[in-house]
Amino acid sequence: MKEGTGLALYDVTVRHDGPFGPVTAVDGVSLEVPRGTTVGLVGESGSGKSTLARAVVGLDSPCAGRITVGGREYRGRRAADRRRLGQQVQLVFQDPDTALDPRMTVRQSLAEAAGAFVRLERRSREQRIGGLLELVGLDAGCAGRLPRQLSGGQRQRVAVARALAVGPAVLVADEITSALDVSVRAALLTMLRDLQRRMGFAMLFISHDLAAVRHVSDVVAVMYLGRIVETAPTESLLRGPRHPYTRTLLSAVPSLHAGRRPAGEPLLAGEAPDPASPPTGCRFHPRCPVGPNHRPGRDVCANRDPHQDAAAQPHRTACHFPSRADDRPPHAGGVHQDANGGPTPRTPGEPPS
Amino acid sequence: MVLSSLSPSASRAAPGRTRASRPGWASPMGVITLAMLGSLAVLAVAGALSWGRAADRPDPSAVLRGPTADHLLGTDHLGRDLLARLLSATWLSLLPAVAATLLGAAAGITLGALTAVVGGRARRLLGALINLLLAFPALLVAMFFAALFGAGAGGAVGALAVACAPGFARITQTLAAQVAGTDFMAAARVLGLRRHRLLLRHVLPHIAEPLMLSTTVAAGSALVALSGLSFLGLGVQPPSYDWGLLLSQGLDRVYTEPLPAVAPGIAIVYAAVAFQLLGEVLAGAAGRRTRPHPEEEPGARPARAGRPASADHVLEVEDLRVVLPTTDGVIRPVRGVTLALRRGEMVGLVGESGSGKSLTALALADLLPDGARATWATHRFLGADAESSSRKERRGRLATGMAMIFQNPASAFNPSLRIGTQMTEAVRAHRGTPRAEAVEQALVQLRRVALPGGRRLLRSRPFQLSGGQRQRVAIAAASMMRPDLVIADEPTTALDVTVQRQIMELLRRVRRDDATAILFISHDIALVADACDRVLVMYGGTVVENLPARELAVGARHPYTRMLVASVPDLAADRDRPLPTIEGGPPDPFGAAPGCAFHDRCPHRLDRCAVESPVLSPLGPGHEVACWGPLPSAPRPGRNETEEAEK
Repeated sequence: MKEGTGLALYDVTVRHDGPFGPVTAVDGVSLEVPRGTTVGLVGESGSGKSTLARAVVGLDSPCAGRITVGGREYRGRRAADRRRLGQQVQLVFQDPDTALDPRMTVRQSLAEAAGAFVRLERRSREQRIGGLLELVGLDAGCAGRLPRQLSGGQRQRVAVARALAVGPAVLVADEITSALDVSVRAALLTMLRDLQRRMGFAMLFISHDLAAVRHVSDVVAVMYLGRIVETAPTESLLRGPRHPYTRTLLSAVPSLHAGRRPAGEPLLAGEAPDPASPPTGCRFHPRCPVGPNHRPGRDVCANRDPHQDAAAQPHRTACHFPSRADDRPPHAGGVHQDANGGPTPRTPGEPPS
Repeated sequence: MVLSSLSPSASRAAPGRTRASRPGWASPMGVITLAMLGSLAVLAVAGALSWGRAADRPDPSAVLRGPTADHLLGTDHLGRDLLARLLSATWLSLLPAVAATLLGAAAGITLGALTAVVGGRARRLLGALINLLLAFPALLVAMFFAALFGAGAGGAVGALAVACAPGFARITQTLAAQVAGTDFMAAARVLGLRRHRLLLRHVLPHIAEPLMLSTTVAAGSALVALSGLSFLGLGVQPPSYDWGLLLSQGLDRVYTEPLPAVAPGIAIVYAAVAFQLLGEVLAGAAGRRTRPHPEEEPGARPARAGRPASADHVLEVEDLRVVLPTTDGVIRPVRGVTLALRRGEMVGLVGESGSGKSLTALALADLLPDGARATWATHRFLGADAESSSRKERRGRLATGMAMIFQNPASAFNPSLRIGTQMTEAVRAHRGTPRAEAVEQALVQLRRVALPGGRRLLRSRPFQLSGGQRQRVAIAAASMMRPDLVIADEPTTALDVTVQRQIMELLRRVRRDDATAILFISHDIALVADACDRVLVMYGGTVVENLPARELAVGARHPYTRMLVASVPDLAADRDRPLPTIEGGPPDPFGAAPGCAFHDRCPHRLDRCAVESPVLSPLGPGHEVACWGPLPSAPRPGRNETEEAEK
């Protein structure tokens, strides 16, 4: 285990009690977020992104695997364990309307967070609150207001300030921009990048907004039905997505500047399967545009579980027939179903072509 | 608020605000309650002081007398004056009742609130304990414990506290569970706050109001129960006395002298009713604080512009305005929207939250929330003027010619009705289509939105479908009537990009097949530019620009549209450059200041912008702008434009 590593997940599995038995929401996820960097986690709803976030901050407990922060594992469910983890990892929620206690002023919320682990004198507490507000670009006059007297963007900034008040080593941002307007969203993203540069925390940025993810992330991980199907440096993933699911996802993003999407482009077939009974083999194979339903002879997809390539590779994908890196990115001109996919299945662990 | 301090609307809103925060004491019920409680308080203090001695003075010469001039209620078996005893028993009866309620409430609330902050296992155990305690009838428990603690005032109070605690625990548990599920509680847990702090800071303040109400009401019941225990001989013991004991003693001779028994009964009922009324008034006051207050608006309706009806237009609206009363005063979310939709046209309505786009849609569909009022200069749907037809005719036309698709497919369907019933009810109600035929039509529509399952799907209920499936069912249901206009209010905001694409594809097909006009409301500019023919950009309750969708990326002329376009993160843009943002905040919804709503954030503002509102005026073919100084139409990328603005 490396020193100075931010957040690391090793084969983390989280199960929920569903109405019809346990549901594996996160299944054997390994991920590394070094200090000072951001990993973007994308995927559709139900893919387990938020469960993973809750597991990282200790609101859900994984039933298998390890989660380490700074090389240390924080286990246990007692209040003292909780507090030790809380000093290291903080979470910012999706909805700024509900993330702040509506009956507490901004000052009270921030004071509570700032004083959660260290005892602060009255004067130093005021200074700390002023500093936190300045950090997130709010003026000191906001301190006396209640959340409902702030705009959505301001509320989300307060939520970020509250999370940063304890000086965490890891910040988990769960869909923090999806409830905000575009003009406000851009400012918040810029602020987050700036804060990270100054404070050096590791960030797990969860979103289904690929453009936002691209803007803040160094590495992007794509999740489908509880598994990570592709991990790669941001530009590498966006320019040369190799997993067919990633390609479909990218091609679905509407773009303002790239012009109108040609009609009749293939849509993702079928419905997302029930996470309680995921398909065998590759979990994407029933909907895959290059899978056994479209290419006869690719039975391996339905039978064998593809594993991610060697961990040393910067661009990893869990697919038996990944597309080559030189294929055109989908948002530059549609998915090319016929261009991707090698003739032979690649065995797991073998270096990619 | 700075803006609105000058405006007439703010001064009008102010009395509304004070009235909204006034509790319900001024109502007749409030006055009666205050009078009753006041009389009880006076009696409790004065009764013990003035009649306490008289109540304990025996008079062997006047034993068991009926009502006389000296003894208005008669005397008891020791010759003590019953009226004096009744009055001086006031505090002896009220104090134990209040004490028992407070003790029980404290125990129950602690028990119930703990369930919100302890771990999963302890929570289950506590919940089971509360259920177990609730299973015993309260009065039986009270009698059991009264016997156990020994007869007497203290024992009765303890027994009653034990008996009413489980009820409080259950109410608190339910209320606290709502708080425990919130994000701010999760955030507090992530901060590692200690349990007592979670409880005192985050849980209890949020549930205090309803708990106070139920405590007040419970005090009334406790009084009755305590009197009951005394009556049964399990409560206060002679020589001490309370109303229940007086009632019990009076009952022995109720057939000869009814008054000694009836008077304590009346006292008990009077006090119990006072407590119940207090609960009612408090509840009313709490409800009033959260209810918006309607405010009279001058019905200033602009002169009708009288544009001739066009056969080509499905919908024509001019100068649509909406006023909406809220707890903080009257807001004007829509301030003069003019729009027209042609047959088969897909028009995007974009704007940020608070720009009034959703209320515009609701006003068009006649679905405004209670209290909101819409006015317009022209409102023509399918060629028929809204003015010249009755409300019923208008409703009927909207029901058959217009369909709405909402943002949240989870709440757009009635969860307890089958999909088939909900899909077919419109055609069956408005067209009188027989059931079998309607089902056939529904199956056709479901096939069209690529939902397999047919009849099985029709028999399922909304919760059995995924979000994307529900939204597709919503589209299928909307097209059942073959409407001329579909209003889709953020139909894909709650969905993933891949599902969003399916939904957009379906909307396009509905438009193509049935020549349905679609008003597509969204905050996602990229999506609107991709899907629509024309885009209306809203800001501060008005349409600031109306332009062809293909021009949105580079051809926008209004500064707001340009800045909005520039702030959209794009997959192809340069990552290292900071995203441009729009400085300042959205316009004050209360304000009625003259001038362009965007002028205080606009980098290109002129002097005129602050005093005169620009109107939507044509700039080119199919392009209208409401701006005094539209930007040049040079096909510059919007990005450069905003960076200039930032400098």
